[in-house]
Amino acid sequence: MTHFSRNLISASIIALFAGMGAAQAQTDIKIAMQLEPPNLDPTGGAAEAIDSVVYLNIFEGLTRFASDGSIEPELAESWTISDDGLVYTFKLHDGVRFHDGTTFDAEDVKFSLDRARAEDSTNAQKQLFAQIADVTVVDPLTVQITLSQPNGALLFNLAWGDAVIVGPETAATNATAPVGTGPFRFVNWVQGDRVDLARNPDYWGPAPALETATFRFIPDPTAAFSAMMAGDINVFSGFPAPENLPQFEADPRFQVLVGSTEGETILAMNNKQAPFDNVLVRQAVAHAIDRQAIIDGAMFGYGTPIGTHFAPHNPDYIDLTAQSNYDPELSKQLLAEAGLPDGFTTTMKLPPPSYARRGGEIIAAQLRAVGIQTEITNVEWAQWLEEVFGSKNYGLTIVSHTEPFDIGIYANPEYYFQYDSQPFRDIMTELTATTDPVKRTELVQAAQRMIADDYVNGYLFQLAALTVAKAEVQGLWANAPVAANDLSAISWKQ
Amino acid sequence: MTRPWRSILIGGALAAVFVLSALISYVWTPFPIDGVDIPNKLRPPGATHWLGTDHYGRDILSMVIVGGRTSLAVAVVAVGIGMVIGVPLGLWAAARRGSWVDEVIMRGNDLIFAFPSLVIAILITGIFGAGAVNAIIAIGIFNIPVFARLTRGAALSLWSRDFVLAARVAGKSSLRISAEHILPNITSLLIVQGTIQFSLGILAEAGLSYVGLGAQPPTPSWGRMLADAQTMVALAPHMALIPGLAIVLTVMGLNLMGDGLRDLTDPRIRMQRT
Amino acid sequence: MIAYILGRIASLFISLIVASLVIFMVVEVAPGDPAAFMLGVNAKPDTVAALRAELGLDVPKAERYLNWVTGMVQGDFGTSYTYRSPISKMVAERLWVSLPLAIYALILSTLIAFPAGIYAASRRGRIGDLGVMAATQLGVAVPNFWFAMILVLIFAINLGWVSAGGFPGWDKGFWACMAALTLPAIALALPQAAILARVMRSSLLDMLDEDFIRTARAKGLTEGQALWRHALKNALIPVLTILGLQFSFLLAGSIIIEQVFYLPGLGRLVFQAITQRDLITVESVVMLLVFAVIVVNFLVDLTYAVVDPRLRARH
Repeated sequence: MTHFSRNLISASIIALFAGMGAAQAQTDIKIAMQLEPPNLDPTGGAAEAIDSVVYLNIFEGLTRFASDGSIEPELAESWTISDDGLVYTFKLHDGVRFHDGTTFDAEDVKFSLDRARAEDSTNAQKQLFAQIADVTVVDPLTVQITLSQPNGALLFNLAWGDAVIVGPETAATNATAPVGTGPFRFVNWVQGDRVDLARNPDYWGPAPALETATFRFIPDPTAAFSAMMAGDINVFSGFPAPENLPQFEADPRFQVLVGSTEGETILAMNNKQAPFDNVLVRQAVAHAIDRQAIIDGAMFGYGTPIGTHFAPHNPDYIDLTAQSNYDPELSKQLLAEAGLPDGFTTTMKLPPPSYARRGGEIIAAQLRAVGIQTEITNVEWAQWLEEVFGSKNYGLTIVSHTEPFDIGIYANPEYYFQYDSQPFRDIMTELTATTDPVKRTELVQAAQRMIADDYVNGYLFQLAALTVAKAEVQGLWANAPVAANDLSAISWKQ
Repeated sequence: MTRPWRSILIGGALAAVFVLSALISYVWTPFPIDGVDIPNKLRPPGATHWLGTDHYGRDILSMVIVGGRTSLAVAVVAVGIGMVIGVPLGLWAAARRGSWVDEVIMRGNDLIFAFPSLVIAILITGIFGAGAVNAIIAIGIFNIPVFARLTRGAALSLWSRDFVLAARVAGKSSLRISAEHILPNITSLLIVQGTIQFSLGILAEAGLSYVGLGAQPPTPSWGRMLADAQTMVALAPHMALIPGLAIVLTVMGLNLMGDGLRDLTDPRIRMQRT
Repeated sequence: MIAYILGRIASLFISLIVASLVIFMVVEVAPGDPAAFMLGVNAKPDTVAALRAELGLDVPKAERYLNWVTGMVQGDFGTSYTYRSPISKMVAERLWVSLPLAIYALILSTLIAFPAGIYAASRRGRIGDLGVMAATQLGVAVPNFWFAMILVLIFAINLGWVSAGGFPGWDKGFWACMAALTLPAIALALPQAAILARVMRSSLLDMLDEDFIRTARAKGLTEGQALWRHALKNALIPVLTILGLQFSFLLAGSIIIEQVFYLPGLGRLVFQAITQRDLITVESVVMLLVFAVIVVNFLVDLTYAVVDPRLRARH
């Protein structure tokens, strides 16, 4: 009953706000996404859907990602770095309050970072904080982070949704009733359906144009299409059916935004399982793949071919696609050289996203053309994590690695594709300790070349960020450098 | 020609088209179904590809006749499981009505039936992996209580009839009465229910495919083709229409045949007509 | 009669215990660890272990089963691993969508099927009968997600009469909710109505051939009068069986319809929980559904006993 009446009150608040704004431009928005966040605490789970709702809107970090993927100050006004690169001193914004009215200060920063890197932490990206040795409160508006070794990526790491600042009073309940410092506060979550947010009247920064926002969760691609067409929603972020985009593009009521993500979509090979432990076989697989056919067939043309595990929009990217061009004859030759002139049979486990399920069917046909037979199994994510990621019981799989700048996963020989290379680990160790931008670029490019030379995985394409919106909505991010829907940037044309 | 025969012939012809083409597909298809040809995707029906191509450029005619193998097999075996196990259980329960046998059988049936079928089908495929065999098991299990309950319900009302009483007085065993007097009198009901369960089996396979379970690629099935086509209706309506029609026509054909058979085998109706 | 009811109640409890054991065992062997799923690919093993401890997954299985069952008896269905909120609260919220939808669909299907079945039986072999039978043939043959999509294309996208899906919530008014549930209810009801109409017709026809109906007709009743006065009541037994079966299907079997219309119903909750390995939620919700159906079956059985005195007399 209490729940019901709270709904009623919040509904009437929304109605009140909507009524006030009616004379000017529209001030509410309905944004749909495919997956529902399991909870609303960005420090307590890996699901991207959590960040898609709360990051930048409810929760803020010391730094943040901008729409182009660059790092900007957020709760930290400015910072200084000691000459040895070990001590970062952050100056915090004054007058910031959490949505529950408590004041934000250096103690909250210390609490949040210490909580994330604690022994019993359940932070899904604990490695972000690995080099932090100590967090000290200098005064209420100054906080000092001391590192155990220099880390050129610290400001980048602190911008992640997993590094947002939470209040000690509310940290335990953020999963269902998130309280942050952001421009929007949490109103209501109808599980399975939607999350309602409303503008935070006490926000420390510039007030956003929107009064209220609703996130709706529509898993079914067909339903996504009809919900958009029927006008039930204003924006669909991460539209799941690329085949329908031309229809939206042709319709003046809608706009379609095609941008880039950090998602390197790869055909991962189990580098320690025969015959993929032979580099010739991996090279043969790479040459058997027609990237353009996969992009056209699975993604209906949306996606950029990649030749290594790096995002093409990054200035340090090098195009290595020619090194693994589509050449079935060469592929057969390489298989023969590897002692497998008649090919072989392997397993391919495909997680739920359509890039994997559709891409997998096309790749299976392409591999069959050079003599490699695949037994396809469609798996749920939970099963994928256990069988592929955990026990490495697979031959091939298709996954999009959506974390920004994640080439470091190749330095971990235990990672599911089991690439074990000391030279690569040396490059990554050096990179972590390097802050000089020129030297960093050199190292990053060497890393890209090394994994392409070793044909660790089949590199397919960079996943496109597909957004469909009403034509009058402005300020949407075309690119998705992180999972985020920055509501304060969004407004309606008059 | 009498009406039952007309139904049987029309329905049988419809179903036979799909069953025969499914059988022929073991030796020959117009095009290979495992060849992906992206530049030729989503072609409308034409001279080369009579029914067009799908989103991977595969020939839809070939896909439909091969897909029929999976869809029909899943449904036939699932109904078979239900009948072979369910009907004897129902007859036994009715013959021993009120006893512990009846109680255990019926409560066991209630129990299976109490489980939400689609949820359990999803669980089963989640545990043992998605695929045609697991789809058959998942659908088949839930056919058992359907036939058991129906058989028992119908048999119960027959047990109190005069001709059964006469047989009992004549000293026939429950087993013989069930086989000689009860079963023949409930075949019409079983056939009607069987055709319904058959169509439900085809539809259940389609439903499982829609949520990504059911037959796995590259094995085509009508359900999977239909599920794949859902988002492409605007682009290529034929992709959804053709497997949809295959399902509808087959199910209707089999149901018509079932109706005809029912009219033909039902002794009371036959008696009335003569 | 009282002995009969007591016996049924006893078997009700045995069924529930067996069901809880089966559910727990089936769900617990599913591959996939909920903690690993929640933390994703970058999580360290000690982080996963910490979360497992926090969720209570490190407790032995037998102990977890006992805790789960004793909790349920006291009305505590546990806390969802992924949603981190009480399952009873989530189920209650979802039921406000699923139950009205199931009832709506059942009413629609009965409203269509009873007249259609009776009409077809009364016009046996004539054009009206053929028409109804052809319609039911089509009704059972069309996959419901396919039919649902056509409904959406016509009524939501082209005509714009209703939204394509979603549920406004009962606080937005009764009629808004009924409007949102109308297309899903039709999509669910039509195939059910087709089945029900066929069963209705065939069991009526069986009854019309029965001796006591012939006797009635011999006494001067018309076929129509015989149908209304005698056949209908007796034909209701198989129809009730099917209705009972359909209700249980409608309550949980609307997963696909809930997907197509993105309704926050019970089916979607279970489906999501299965894919996320939210084991405790799967167990509790499936148990609740099973409980509901076992109780409905129990009530249907009692109804048999009332409708058909012959059955009651036997017990």
